[in-house]
This record gives sequence, C-alpha cells and structure tokens, in this order.
Amino acid sequence: MTPTLLRRGCGILCAVIFCWLILKWIGWATIVEFRADLLFYTGQHLLLVLISMAAALVVGIAAGVGLSRPSMAGSAERFMQVFNIANTVPPMAVLAIALAFFGIGAISAVLALWLAALLPIVRNTYQGLRNVDPALKEAAKGLGMRPLQSLLKVELPNAWGVIMNGIRIALAINVGSAPISFLIGANSLGNLIFPGIYLNNAQQMLLGAFATAALALVLDGLAALISHCLTAFQGNGAVEEAA
Amino acid sequence: MIELDALSKVFPTPKGGSGAPAVDNVSLTVQKGELCVFLGPSGCGKTTTLKMINRLIEPSSGRVLIDGNDTAEMDKVELRRSLGYVIQQIGLFPNMTIEQNITVVPRMLGWSAQRMRERARELMAMVALEPGQYLSRYPRELSGGQQQRIGVIRALAADPPLLLMDEPFGAVDPVNRSVIQDEFLQMQRTLGKTVIMVSHDIDEAIKLGDKVALFRSGQLKQFAHPDRLLADPSDEFVRAFVGADHTLKRLLLISAGDAADDSPSSPLGTRVGDARARMEEEDRRYLVISDAAGKGVGFVRRHDLRHVDDATPIDTYLREFSTTAEGGENLRVVLSRMYECNTSWLPVVDDNGLFMGEVTQESIAAYLSTRHGASETSIKAPGAEV
Repeated sequence: MTPTLLRRGCGILCAVIFCWLILKWIGWATIVEFRADLLFYTGQHLLLVLISMAAALVVGIAAGVGLSRPSMAGSAERFMQVFNIANTVPPMAVLAIALAFFGIGAISAVLALWLAALLPIVRNTYQGLRNVDPALKEAAKGLGMRPLQSLLKVELPNAWGVIMNGIRIALAINVGSAPISFLIGANSLGNLIFPGIYLNNAQQMLLGAFATAALALVLDGLAALISHCLTAFQGNGAVEEAA
Repeated sequence: MIELDALSKVFPTPKGGSGAPAVDNVSLTVQKGELCVFLGPSGCGKTTTLKMINRLIEPSSGRVLIDGNDTAEMDKVELRRSLGYVIQQIGLFPNMTIEQNITVVPRMLGWSAQRMRERARELMAMVALEPGQYLSRYPRELSGGQQQRIGVIRALAADPPLLLMDEPFGAVDPVNRSVIQDEFLQMQRTLGKTVIMVSHDIDEAIKLGDKVALFRSGQLKQFAHPDRLLADPSDEFVRAFVGADHTLKRLLLISAGDAADDSPSSPLGTRVGDARARMEEEDRRYLVISDAAGKGVGFVRRHDLRHVDDATPIDTYLREFSTTAEGGENLRVVLSRMYECNTSWLPVVDDNGLFMGEVTQESIAAYLSTRHGASETSIKAPGAEV
C-alpha cells in the first residue's frame, strides 16, 4: 500500500507544480482578462467535440458492427481500406473541402472533426468484435441466442475494452484538432490560440493551448472511467484453486 | 429418442466445387436415457455430425429426428434452446456472473426471476458448489474444473431432454477430469438425460458410453456397446483405434459381480469331513465358509485339514479373507488388488456382505475370451466343469 500511496502522492505533487508553473507562465492577469472568452470558447469547443463525437460514435460503432458480421467477412477488409484512406486526409484538407460544400461555420467544422474521429472507432469496433473468443460466439449460438442477442449480450460486452480504446484515441484527435476550425469561422479554443499567434500575444496563445490540453485530459479521464466501469468483470480478483 | 437418418455433409471447396463428404451417410439411433459417445480421430466427422443435430451446421442431406420430429422443420433457435449444448472450451461468458451464465437459456425462455433463482441454486447443489459462495462471482474467479461444472449445468438449466457435448472434459486436467466424469455419469443416471458426447479418448468412451459410435473419414464404422466394440472390433481400423490392449480395457467394463463364478460355500459348523469331501468332489483347494445369513466369514484350505479328524467342526481352521471384492467394482480394480495381495482368487460380496461367488484369474480369462459382449455369462467354477 505504502509504495502505491507514495507514488500517487509524488504524481499529484508533480502535476500541481507543473500546473502552477504553467499558470505562472500564462500569468494570472491574462486569465482574468480573458475570463469571459475562456468560458465561452471552452463551451463552444465542447459543443463541437460533443456533436462530432456523438455522430462518429453512432456511425463508427454501427459500421464496425456491420463489418464484423459473418456475412461481411469477405469484403470487410476492403471497406476498412476506404476508412483508412479517408483518415489519411488531414483535418486541414477536410476543412478546406468541407468549406467548399457547406461554407463558413460550425457545420463544416463538425464534418471535419467527425471524419477525423471516425476511423479509430470503426477500426477498434471491428477488431474488438472480431477478436471475441470464437468459443463464446459458438456457445451463444449453441445455447439458442439470436444474432442480435449474441451481439448485445456476449460480443459487445466482451469487446468494450478494445472499442473504448478506439473511442479515447478518437476523442484525443477530436479535441486536439478542434482549434483549427477557427480557420473556417467556427468558434473553439482556437479563437484564443490563433489571435494569440497573429498578435504575438504568447500569454493568450498559451491560455488557449493549455485549456485545450486540459479539456483533452478531462474528457479522456471521463472516457477511461466509463471504460473501467464497462469492463469491471475483467478485474484482477484472486482465482480460487479448488477441484 | 434421437435418430440420425442417412445424414451427410459436404462442405463446398473454395473453388466452388464439392469435396469429399465430411460426414457420409450416417444412420444411428440413440434411445432415451442412453449416453452415446461419438468417437474417432481428428477430422473424422464426429463433431460435424454432432453440430448437425442442433443445426449449427446444416446437413447436406439426410434427416435428424428427435422423438420422431424432423429438426429441419423446427425453428433453429427454438431447437437449440430445447437442447443442452456443452463445448470443449467451456465458453462461459466472462461478462456475466455465474448465476447469469447458468440462467441464460431460462431467461430467453421467459422464466420468472424467482424460478430462475431457485433453478440456479438447485443446479449448483447438484455439482456440489456452494451457491452463496459462487453465484455472484465471475467465471475468471473459478478454477478450470469448477468452470467445466458450470458449463454442464448451464446446458441443463432449462431441463432439456437431450444434451449435446463436444469434448466436454477435454480442457480439464486428468485428475479433475476423472472426478468430473464420475460426477457427470452419476448425474446423467439420476436425471435420465439422453446424452450425445464427442470424444477422441477411447478410455472416456468406455467409461461413460452406453453406446459408442466409431467414426472414420466421415463414415460410421461401428456402433455398439463399448464392451462389444472391444470384444469384437468390426475391422482393422476399429481394432487399431481401440488399441492392442483392447481386451484388457474390457476389464473396466466388467463388474466383479458379473465375472464371479458359481463357487459354493459351506455354512459355519460344517464338519471337516464334509468340507473335505466337498473339496475333493469339486477338485478345490479351498472352500469359502459363510454364516447363517449367507455372509462370507472366511475360508478353509484343504492343506490345513489334511490330518484332522472328520468330526471336528470346521470353525477352528477358518482363515480370514485377506481382502474381498465388492460386486460393483470393476475387474481392473479387482485384478489390481489380486496382484497386490499375490492371490489367485477373491471372494465377491454384495453391498450387504453376502457371498456372491469368486473371481479367479481363470474366471476373468474365461470372461475375456468370450465375444458375446455385454450379454450375461455364467462362468463355471473350475471344479464344476467336469
């Protein structure tokens, strides 16, 4: 117990010192000055992330599930290539393309963020479901589960760990890419970063960047917590040896 | 009762053609309450045949009849819910507690929560696992043997009349396997379930099977009682598969009571003269003595009585049995004990200690040299043959 506590204590201490140094660097005056902007743009940033992530979750998990069905076994990899190619297009380029179709504003930004978040979710959902022990699937089928019952009661619960990893990667990409959407006129923490760069205001830029990083860490922590709850049955309890 | 009628399965080859049949025209009938073992080497079609019964694999041709109903006309899912299914990898769902695992099928059948809870406790008691201790645990917290037991009772949860088992005890270590096999056999006899079990282990088939179906390259080579299989292999393949020691393997199947000869016994108080006369008449060197109730109490040796007066009661010369055989023990155990005690015969006693006859090395040899399998034999004591 003691070494664990010691390690945790050290970690927290380091984090506190790190935050204090950053705040010191940004300067308390800057935070007070941009207080209203910070709150507003954090809210706008969150909104972009939540909408695009929600859309990516719905489409990504559905596509992953669809591709992992036995009837798709022959063509699943080809479809995955389509997602792969889509993912190699950088968010900047997607922003530009989206701008051509939807014009300036949040819709283009959401579209670009959605696309960026999609692949890790599809890939991990597909892999997670495919890697579920075939014995479990056979047992589910043999006991008389219908395909949907097998998916919901056996396959998805046993793939959550892998799927949640994909969601966390997507979330990190999403939160980190959202500031760029400033360039096409959507509101995000980029509205602090880019003007900071243009006006050579390092404090303002750092404030935006630090807020983005903090947001990414908090959301990732939340996702980790959900993941932990979903896979609680995999805990490390002692195995009792008995005949 | 379950009937396989000219069942065949041909898997399409990747090129679109059809290869050699995986299962070729298999017909057999398993009676209600019987435990039938599908036996054979890898790739012989035994598992494919089993999976065609619950339609995890659809037959190419032929029919499966359960109590006269063609399974092809039933809903696949309903059919599977009405049959128990156990797989080698056990396949407990790691995301469900033991109780949720056991009640998977009852829940799909819409049982009430109360009924499911009671059923789970009843089943746990059947495999001697403490419900309070285990029901709320997850599968990973149980040992391999415990998981295997849960796998079996999960299949039994909705009380299906027929249980299909695909190498159910293959993943358990040998010591636990033997224990679980014994438990399972006991349970099967008590519940009267019809069981079809796939195995590649001849010893398991002999131990558990009422009938053994031996497969090779998709064909059913022999379908018979295990003793029949060992005593009278139908061809060279069967002979090779059951092993060069197939005659010795039969020892497992024969109980001491069945192999006991009709040796006589004399009551306590018999006079030495009468006993000696009897032994001489039947050409015996010893004679078992029983009490009034028929319990074997010991024996006398002819050698000991050589210079004794005819009128003396025999009781003085009574020797105690060094060891006895229970009527229900198999001959392998009995023979092992005979060698251990360096004796050529053992008195066989039933549950109440009543003398049933003797097992001698001659009587075992006589039994094993017969080919009539499980049918009744009456073995003559050596002296009585003349």
